[in-house]
Amino acid sequence: MNIVVCIKQVPDTTEVKLDPKTGTLIREGVPSIINPDDKAGLEAALRLKDQYGAKVTVVSMGPPQADAALKEAVAMGADQAILLSDRAFGGSDTWATSTVIASALKKLDYDLIITGRQAIDGDTAQVGPQIAEHLGIPNISYAEDIKLEGDHIIVKRKYEDRYHIIKCKLPCLITALSELNVPRYMTPGRIFDAYRNEELATKVWGVNDVPVDTTVIGLKGSPTNVFKSFTKAPKAAGNVYKPDTAEEAAQIIVDKLQEKFIL
Amino acid sequence: MNINDYKGVFVFAQQVDNKVASVSLELLGRGKGIANDMNTTLTAVLLGHNNDEMAKTLIQHGADKVISVDDPMLEVYMTEPYAYALTKVIENYKPSVLLLGATAIGRDLGPRVSARVHTGLTADCTGLAIDEENGNLLMTRPAFGGNIMATIICPAFRPQMATVRPGVMQALAANADAKGEIEKFELEIPASCKNVEILEIVENKPERMNIQDANVLISGGRGMGTAENFGQLEKIADLLGGTISSSRACVDLGWTTPDRQVGQTGSTVRPNLYMACGISGQIQHLAGMEDSDLIVAINKDETAPIFNAADVGIVGDLNAILPLVEKKIAEIQAAK
Repeated sequence: MNIVVCIKQVPDTTEVKLDPKTGTLIREGVPSIINPDDKAGLEAALRLKDQYGAKVTVVSMGPPQADAALKEAVAMGADQAILLSDRAFGGSDTWATSTVIASALKKLDYDLIITGRQAIDGDTAQVGPQIAEHLGIPNISYAEDIKLEGDHIIVKRKYEDRYHIIKCKLPCLITALSELNVPRYMTPGRIFDAYRNEELATKVWGVNDVPVDTTVIGLKGSPTNVFKSFTKAPKAAGNVYKPDTAEEAAQIIVDKLQEKFIL
Repeated sequence: MNINDYKGVFVFAQQVDNKVASVSLELLGRGKGIANDMNTTLTAVLLGHNNDEMAKTLIQHGADKVISVDDPMLEVYMTEPYAYALTKVIENYKPSVLLLGATAIGRDLGPRVSARVHTGLTADCTGLAIDEENGNLLMTRPAFGGNIMATIICPAFRPQMATVRPGVMQALAANADAKGEIEKFELEIPASCKNVEILEIVENKPERMNIQDANVLISGGRGMGTAENFGQLEKIADLLGGTISSSRACVDLGWTTPDRQVGQTGSTVRPNLYMACGISGQIQHLAGMEDSDLIVAINKDETAPIFNAADVGIVGDLNAILPLVEKKIAEIQAAK
C-alpha cells in the first residue's frame, strides 16, 4: 500500500507575539514545527505501515527550509520525502496550492492520501478537500479514527454534535484531527538516516517537475488576494470601578444588567 | 468568465436532522445587508429532504427566495452528493456571492465546491462588507492565531465564496408575515455520487447548552481558583437562562471541558451578556468574545487587559462579589 501524507511547516503560532509599539508580528525567534494536525496524519500513516506494511511518502510545499519538516517526518519513519519548492509557487492561495500539490501527487502512486485538517498559521481547512477534488477522489474530513478493512477505509468523522462512521473505497483522501493520536518521537538512528542516507534524501521538485498549468498557480494564478491586513483596534474602554465593598460591586453589576434589559 | 453574469447573494442553508443551523440564519441576517448594498436579492440554497417547513423558516428570517433541492440522498450530509447539487445550483443561477457557515459541513463542502467551479474561498470570516468603488466582497478573517486580521478579495472569479464563523453575525428576528418565493430545483443526482457509506451515526451531544447558542455566558478564568468555584457561575447562569464558559487556561487545568472554551482556539461567541470572572483577557481570548453586547469583568488585578475590553469592570474579589450578585438577581426576579 502507498500512503502519501501532506505536511506543512508552520511557525508555532502559540509563540507568536505582537510588538506592543508597532502592533506588528514579531517573527524572529519563532520556532518552526510540523503543523500539529499534519503530524497526527503522519502518525496515522506510520501506524498503518506498522500494522499492514506500507510505503509512506511525505510531501510538502514551501521554501527550501521546509526540508527540516520533511527530515523530521523521515526521522519519525517516513520512507520518502518530496519538497515542492519554486518561486513560481510563491503567493499561492488555497486553490493554487492544492493545484500544485495535486499535480505532484499525480506523479506518485497512492492508495491513501492523508492531510491535516488545517494549518495553525492559516486555519483554512481547504487544501485537503481541494486536493481530493483536483484528483477526482472522495475525501473524508475531520478524521478522529482510521481503520483499514481490505481495500476500504473506515473513518470516524467528527461533526459538532455527532460522529459519522464512514466506509470508503480506496483511493481516497482523509483530513486528520490532532485528536487522532499522539505522534511518536524521532529515533536517533532515523535522524542519522534522514540526514546521511542518500536514498532518503529529499527530492526537490520545481515547476518544471510537475505537470501544472502555470497560469493558475502562484500569486497571479490565485483567485483570492489579500486586500489589506491590520491589527485589531481594541474596543473603546468602558468604566472600571474599584468599589469599597462586595455589596457595592454587586449592585453596580446588577444595575447594569437591569439597564440593558438582561434582568 | 464574465463576472457581470453573476448576480445575487446566496446563502447555503445548512440543515441537520431537518433543522436549519443557526449559523445559516445568521448568514441570512448579514446577507440581507450585503444584498441591499449590492442592490440585489438574497437567496437561500436548501439541500435536504422534505424541505418545505425549513424553506418557510428561511423566508421568515430574511430570504427573498429559497432554492430547494429535495432528494433522499441529501437528507444526511455526504460530501459528494452535496458538492454535486451545490455546483449545479451555482452553474444554473450564477450567484455573485455564496456564503456558508464555517461548520464541520461548510468547511468540507466549501473547499470541494470552490475547487470544482474554480473560484476563491475565504475561510472563517468574521467580517463581510461591500467595496463601494467596485462592488467586490471584502472578506475579513483572523490569521496567525488571531494576532492579525486580513481582508481578502476575489476580484476576477465568481461566485465570491466565504465561510463565516458561527456566532459572529446577527440573525434577524423571525417575521411570520415575510413573503418570499420557494423554487424547487429539479435535479437528478447520479447514484455514483454516493461514493461513501455511512455505517453508523453516533451522537456526541454536550450535556450543557452550546456556548455559541447562549444569550448569557458567565465565564471563568484562572482567577476562579478551583474547579468547584465554577458552581457559583452555574447558579448565576441558570438564573439568567444562560450557561458557563471559560478561558483556555481552565480547560488546560481540567476545570472545564473543551466545549466551554471561548477564544481563538475555542469558540467565538457574541452573547447579550458576557461576564468574565477571573479572566485576565489575553488577545486570543478577547478575539473570541469582544463583540459581545455587554461585557462585565471582575478581576483582582486592575492591570488585567480584560478591563480594556469590558463595558463594566470591577476590581475586586469575585468570591465575595458573585454570591451577592446571585442573591440580588434572585431578589429582583422574585419581585417581578
